Amino acid sequence: MRFVFKTNYDQDIRLFQHAGQMWTYLALFAVLLVAPAVVSSYMLSQLVFVFIYALVGVSLMILVGFTGQASLGHAAFLAIGAYTAAFMQAHGYTFATYFLLAGVLTGIVGLLVGFPALRLHGIYLLIATISFSFIIEELLARWESVTNGNEGMRVKTLELFGMEIGRNSDYFYYLCLGVLTVTIIVTLNIMRSPTGRAFIAVRDSETAARSMGVDIAATKVRAFGLSAAITGFAGALFAHKMTFLSPEMFTLQLSIEFIMVIIIGGSLGLHGAILGAIFIIMIDPLLTLLKDDVPLLIGSLAQAFGAGSERVKALEDGTQALTSTAGLKGVIYGLIIMLFILFEPFGLYGRWLKIKLFFQMFPLYKKSTFKRQKVYVKSERNR
Amino acid sequence: MTSLFKVENLSLQFGGLKAVDDVTFDVQKGEVFTIIGPNGAGKTSIFNLISRLYNPTAGRLFFDGQDITQLPAHKIAQLGIARTFQNIELFENASLLSNLLVGRHCHSRTQLWQEMLFLPNVKRAEREHRMQVEEVIEFLDLQAYRDKLIAGLPYGVRKVTEVARALCSKPKLILLDEPSSGLNVEETDDMSFWIRDIKNDLGITVLMVEHDMSLVRRVSDRVLALNYGRVLALGTADEVQRHPDVVAAYLGT
Repeated sequence: MRFVFKTNYDQDIRLFQHAGQMWTYLALFAVLLVAPAVVSSYMLSQLVFVFIYALVGVSLMILVGFTGQASLGHAAFLAIGAYTAAFMQAHGYTFATYFLLAGVLTGIVGLLVGFPALRLHGIYLLIATISFSFIIEELLARWESVTNGNEGMRVKTLELFGMEIGRNSDYFYYLCLGVLTVTIIVTLNIMRSPTGRAFIAVRDSETAARSMGVDIAATKVRAFGLSAAITGFAGALFAHKMTFLSPEMFTLQLSIEFIMVIIIGGSLGLHGAILGAIFIIMIDPLLTLLKDDVPLLIGSLAQAFGAGSERVKALEDGTQALTSTAGLKGVIYGLIIMLFILFEPFGLYGRWLKIKLFFQMFPLYKKSTFKRQKVYVKSERNR
Repeated sequence: MTSLFKVENLSLQFGGLKAVDDVTFDVQKGEVFTIIGPNGAGKTSIFNLISRLYNPTAGRLFFDGQDITQLPAHKIAQLGIARTFQNIELFENASLLSNLLVGRHCHSRTQLWQEMLFLPNVKRAEREHRMQVEEVIEFLDLQAYRDKLIAGLPYGVRKVTEVARALCSKPKLILLDEPSSGLNVEETDDMSFWIRDIKNDLGITVLMVEHDMSLVRRVSDRVLALNYGRVLALGTADEVQRHPDVVAAYLGT
């Protein structure tokens, strides 16, 4: 078992608690750097989506995980970022300009959404953000002079330093990786500063936070702005990845998918956002793989148990029909989210922590280590 | 002796219910001032009025000669008033250390953009906050729990953590809302020593609400008795305890 022996206050302030941690992350980064040379172009494309989803995951982690404000409006923020980028690119601005502006503009919209959110809690806030997302969706369809309405908008190839960067090129992959890395570091910096602690204070007890001198309104609005801005940056990258934007891409379904990123990943920390993004994106190729292989697998199993060829054929056709049913993905998504909420509220990251602790403590691991504690009387709390 | 904090004709009304009814008192610099009274007498309401969680129906509050009746709640801590809560209001899913660091929030001057880049001034400020927090940890013997999550700590430790978080803001006046509720005899003893140390060693004025009369007698310089939001008696602990109105309020006539 590792025991971190602390001799200096800076050890709690640093980004990495100990050298082992730093080397692990550097190794991971190195693996990601050489990935384009190794993986297939399809996998590379999926990885880019993982990065974009992870960006949105990080932004949601700030708002939902750390500040405790619900949001189902992040598809709308993504749309604002994406359309801003596409519109400005079409009007001849350079990538650096419109990328920054996509983030800033979305951040400002986020601030504006944050203000009415000050008076709302929980489910009411959720409904308010859903309405916001409907408004944006409708706006995208109607404001034809800017968004080209339901016909959608083409996004030209990204141009950076006089070089064309295609949506599937290695450079685009590196660009997304860079943006994600910078975002994660900035977020970690905020979380180890007063503002980050204020986020957590607002999440856990607004009353106490106020009495400690935390300006609740400013903190919530900041969280909204910051979260929206990060999603805006993700939106600009998303626009270039998709090369085509239309209003029906940014529906409630997408917002739910984003929320799933942090529910499945676990809201304990930024790791959750990344793990959740990997899960959400990689489940697609996995399901496709299953769709191709499961019928044959079941067929050969049946054969091994001595079924006749006709029976085998029928079984194969049956499973084939089942696996290609429309909407199967939605069912599986729903099932997974339910199972996670029931059995692992801390998500993949929480599960990883438990596994890690099991090996660190072996053979002394107690199951009750992660038992949730009863919380003392909350009935008299003043909001 | 100069007056540090003054309450003038304070009233708070919830509909027809007068929770606090024309209360006037002042707290001297460097004393322990205790408010007692039966359940529902309006003690915690007064605290919530002072920390501006409630708006008074009438009356005014003065701290250090400044009228604080209209200040927003988050400005109170900056003036030097810190408080604890009767039903522990800690940040459950954070470590004890970060709970105490939130107590330093009113002293943080760094801007968001500086924090994003974690510039040297942010790092310096963080070190400074940590030093201050460590002093409080040392003072209240919380070393063993520094990195523990609040959600996993026993009740007694949480209670002390509340006091610690309040002390981290380096207040001039600390409001303790029933510091001994739910503590066993030993822990209550510790608390009474700490309250005296807060007063004598740290030079912080204490305003507290308390039910445990033995603790009240041990630490308070003056006691104010309330019932139905009204002042019954004000004086030393013994005087107040023997006051016929106070006896009537607790025992009935």
